[in-house]
Amino acid sequence: MDRHAEVSPAPSVISRWFNRDGWRQLIIATPFGWLFLFFFVPALIVVAISIAESTRTSPPFTFLGEWPYVHLANIERLFTDTLYIRAFATSLANALMATLLCLLLGYPMALGLTRVQGSWRNILLMLIILPFWTSYLLRVFAWIGLMGANSWFNRLLTAAYNHLVPGPAVDHLQMMNTNFAVVLVMVYSYLPFMILPLYANLEKLDQTLNEAAMDLGSRPFRVFLDVTLPLSIPGIIAGGLLVFIPASGELVIPSLVGSASDPMIGRVISDEFASARDWPMAATVAIALLVLLVGPTMLYSYFENRARNRLEERP
Amino acid sequence: MNRPPLFLYSCLCFGFAFFYVPIISMIVFSFNRSRLATVWGGFSTEWYGKLFHNPQIFRAAWLSLEIALVSATFATILGTMAGIAMARFRRFRGRTLMSGFITAPLIMPEVITGISMLMMFILMAEWIGWPSSRGFTTITIAHITFSMTFVTTIVQARLSSMDLSIEEAAMDLGSKPWQVLKDVTLPVISPAILSGWLLAFTISLDDVVITSFVSGPGTTTLPILVWSKVRLGVTPDINALATVIVLIVTVGVTIAGILLQRQESRREKDVQMALRSGG
Amino acid sequence: MTETGEEPFIRIEGITKKFGAFTAVDNVSITIDKGEFFALLGGSGCGKTTLLRMLAGFETPTSGRIFIDGQDMTDVAPYDRPVNMMFQSYALFPHMTVEKNIAYGLKHERISEKEKDERLRDMLELVQLTPYATRKPHQISGGQRQRVALARALIKQPKLLLLDEPLGALDKKLREHTQFELSNIQYKLGITFVVVTHDQEEAMTLASRIAVMDRGVVRQIGTASGIYEYPNSRFVAGFIGSINMLDGVVTASENGLLRLDVPALGMTVDARTDRPVAPGEKRTVAIRPEKIRISREPPPAGQPNCLQGVVRDLGYFGKDSLYRVVTDAGAVLSVNSVNDRRGGEGERVAEWEDRVHLRFDPGAVILLSE
Repeated sequence: MDRHAEVSPAPSVISRWFNRDGWRQLIIATPFGWLFLFFFVPALIVVAISIAESTRTSPPFTFLGEWPYVHLANIERLFTDTLYIRAFATSLANALMATLLCLLLGYPMALGLTRVQGSWRNILLMLIILPFWTSYLLRVFAWIGLMGANSWFNRLLTAAYNHLVPGPAVDHLQMMNTNFAVVLVMVYSYLPFMILPLYANLEKLDQTLNEAAMDLGSRPFRVFLDVTLPLSIPGIIAGGLLVFIPASGELVIPSLVGSASDPMIGRVISDEFASARDWPMAATVAIALLVLLVGPTMLYSYFENRARNRLEERP
Repeated sequence: MNRPPLFLYSCLCFGFAFFYVPIISMIVFSFNRSRLATVWGGFSTEWYGKLFHNPQIFRAAWLSLEIALVSATFATILGTMAGIAMARFRRFRGRTLMSGFITAPLIMPEVITGISMLMMFILMAEWIGWPSSRGFTTITIAHITFSMTFVTTIVQARLSSMDLSIEEAAMDLGSKPWQVLKDVTLPVISPAILSGWLLAFTISLDDVVITSFVSGPGTTTLPILVWSKVRLGVTPDINALATVIVLIVTVGVTIAGILLQRQESRREKDVQMALRSGG
Repeated sequence: MTETGEEPFIRIEGITKKFGAFTAVDNVSITIDKGEFFALLGGSGCGKTTLLRMLAGFETPTSGRIFIDGQDMTDVAPYDRPVNMMFQSYALFPHMTVEKNIAYGLKHERISEKEKDERLRDMLELVQLTPYATRKPHQISGGQRQRVALARALIKQPKLLLLDEPLGALDKKLREHTQFELSNIQYKLGITFVVVTHDQEEAMTLASRIAVMDRGVVRQIGTASGIYEYPNSRFVAGFIGSINMLDGVVTASENGLLRLDVPALGMTVDARTDRPVAPGEKRTVAIRPEKIRISREPPPAGQPNCLQGVVRDLGYFGKDSLYRVVTDAGAVLSVNSVNDRRGGEGERVAEWEDRVHLRFDPGAVILLSE
């Protein structure tokens, strides 16, 4: 700075601006501008295209030139065409099922982790995160191998099925290209997203609260119901949404292991866009999916804010 | 009363089996002689030979690395700026909008992000002639956009847990606000920035959906290559590729873990020494 | 066993607790009577909290037994013990209101809803929290939280109430007030209280009897005055209050009156004792600072235990002052004197560098054999 001042006796306009407030404006404007350009504008484009009409032009849509300007046929199709209704239903059912299963398996795992001693706990946490660092596609691929009709895993399950279920023996279990496969692989891929926030929540809980409840006559399971479970609700909600939100818009897993006749919503959007070249319909379905996700997201930020406020209120 | 919670431990065991059986199975079958990827036909390393003599895979891997390096670096710079703005500048016009811009990409389904970006790129090409073709640039822009908000979340969390008084001390000692940022704040949050970079790097390296929308015909990243191969069915050389990736990640994570542990124990020792000498 | 041969209410019998190689509690035996307010006093790491947690059932003793009201409680789970605890951090359930917290202990008990309500109302009244019943713990003050914790532990009408540093988190003014409140509640309910504390004042004002613990061992059990005036070891004498300790050798012993040679003071000290001590035995002579009288005037002739010195240091505490006096033989004695006059000459007994006369009663001298 000083050297600079020697060269030009009066500080330049730019350096004065920078020192006063410019550095702040730069820090705010740069990322803001980027997100505006590459996130907000594309989102606006999607909204705009959703009210346009699909045409065989390039780009493949035109806006209505006269009242009501909005091409409502797409929205009408959304609520009447069984393809979309079924796709939404399938997506919701699969995502809810995956979330529930993640919770059922992830909760005891997270709680178990808090009971594991020191260095072992770090190793186990590392082992939970490790698959996350390997390729997501390859993890899906691993299950394709396991679920195939000839795989050792399928044979094992088939043997167990034939042993347990009365009736004619089956040759193999149809796992690939079913919703079962989609849910299974989603649980596999998203389980860490459930475990990690839950663990962070459960680990912070004050152990003396458990002791206090036990001291007042509650057996361990009652202590869990009365103290641990209600205090871990923020963790359950965080983990649940971290699984539910990406699961409901999932594209890769249903394309690889799901049934083609019963697609999920992500697949529908992609197909409308790429195969049917119907941009307005793709945009409409995309917006419908977003609207669906707004509710859970608001819920999440509400709980987040409440947790933060409670933390601040505490003296 | 301190009896081990058997149910919890069995859930942990089941969970870890669930996590690792598919991966181990994949590694085992990468040494399979049989063409049928899931039926054992004897030991062989031929798929590794095929893998290492496939220039397509190397080209794709190299492109992925390039994109990940560039996009992670830009995402870290932009994301850190946004994090500082959100955590330190309490009041400015558009703050609410900006916080929306930061959280929205995190919950936006990838399909929608991908499609919206592609629509914009196509329209821009029509109207202003840029980008003339889709490839490295468009992929990198897309990756920067959706990974910078992850960096922001990490940096913002670190900043809000940071003791404000050290920044006030620097200001009290005569630093201008932006000098405080440069001399005090950034060095203190540098571990968070580093982990933000790492996260952005892995997200970029791993992305399929968004990349599949904004990439052009000539630019095939590794995930796109794997995606197109897997769609055609199970091919054993993907098993070999997966094994190599698992190996690299495991080695990397183990080394990082050991380094962290060593740093931690050194710090612990220092703290103990300081306590002892202090009384 | 007490002298009458009756079974004491609480009997801690040879309790030892080891954590790995570390012995936290070492062969401790204590008996506590019904309705007593008993304190476990000691520094951090002395084993008092571990002992308390064994009474509550959170730790299992490595060896030894615990009996409460004649029943062996050693292996009984915490939720089955007639014992409740007030935690140091209070451990209030943050997601429950004040009344839910207090009523929690009754929630799963098989008594009528009416009785539950009645007991809750009584408890809220007892700790004066009725207007705050529907607040959450983070919406009330520290003192109120402490009372919620107390009420929650009392509502099950335990045979024994354990209190872990009950006043530790309160500021000084509130502590004094709460001390008396605790004593009152204990007196009213007649429940046996065992309190753990590192604060000797707290122990002395609250408890009817105190056990002083050090490194897992009970060093002395007695009433507050018993421990203060008749400590049985250098450790206890030094731990409770402040004290001057000097080495001496008995030169004469007659009718409970001893004469000791104390080289540090360059004189002989007369002391009274009810135990026979033979000449030639070594003893530590210990005198509390407030038992030494300080004056600028020489005492009347013929008094025992008189000496002179110079005031080197002086601390003024308002109601009293502490003097550090260098005696002519070179030893430094702490002397405490009440400031019972105001204004004019003699407001303070002595100033810096004043030459002073010191004197203490033979009966005030504590003799320690350790």
